[in-house]
Amino acid sequence: MQKKIIKLFILLLIVFVIGVFFISLNKHSIYDTRSLIGQKITDIRLDHFSKNKTITGEDLSKNNFTLINFWASWCKPCRDEHSILLKLNREKNLKLLGVNVKDKKNNALKFLNDLGNPYDELARDELGKHSVNFGIYGVPESILINKDLIIIKKFIGPISKNDYEYIKNTVRK
Amino acid sequence: MRTKIIIFFIILNFNIVDAKTFLIDSNKVFKNLRCLICQGQSIADSNSEFAQTIKLIVRDQIKDGKSEKEIYDFLIEKYGEWIVYKPPLNKVNFLLWLLPYLAFVTGGGIIFLLLKKRYNH
Repeated sequence: MQKKIIKLFILLLIVFVIGVFFISLNKHSIYDTRSLIGQKITDIRLDHFSKNKTITGEDLSKNNFTLINFWASWCKPCRDEHSILLKLNREKNLKLLGVNVKDKKNNALKFLNDLGNPYDELARDELGKHSVNFGIYGVPESILINKDLIIIKKFIGPISKNDYEYIKNTVRK
Repeated sequence: MRTKIIIFFIILNFNIVDAKTFLIDSNKVFKNLRCLICQGQSIADSNSEFAQTIKLIVRDQIKDGKSEKEIYDFLIEKYGEWIVYKPPLNKVNFLLWLLPYLAFVTGGGIIFLLLKKRYNH
């Protein structure tokens, strides 16, 4: 009887270990944004880039859709996605809010003068602290939200052509 | 004059204690936070932009009087459970927490049974 119990225990242990390995190896251990989709962004307070005012959630809820784009002039991939942002600026249902992160004001202005300004509103996050409220860990990153400030999708890295299509189709629906 | 010196040292002492407590707490929190853009480094070990920002946030929240749990909860809400090294106990990972105790009790049980068997013989 005891031998049977020990055998059963060993068998269960083996099944358990295999199960743990199976689940762990199939799990994405890198930062995943899927859990953020459907969440409401709260406590939005961003300093305007040039005006002495704060951009709040109330301002963003006036737009049907808002793409919040986190960028910096020193970031090469931000340069790569810029032409797509300029194209997205033409979408009627979409407003673009640029958040200039950890950047020098003059460099940021030069970047926009050289490449064009796709943003309807521009905010500044000098120390990167406000960006944490959006779950940002680098630039470029973008978040598409609706008028209820619910996250529809988060884009890590530069916006690709596929992302552009996705955003275009979503805001035109 | 004497009283002034005593008051000065009392205030100085309070400030040192305060600074020390602040430093210890923030370091403890940094060590339990994972740098999401680094390879196997905690926020405490990393000098990346991300780690520096999170350090600022943690220090601010400590200054605002937030507890360790409140700081972790805020960062988990923004970045997911992956950001903390010590995950909170919940229905998804309860086995991870219970397993060492289960293994301890089961192992003890087996040893007890084997010893009992040997004693009976």
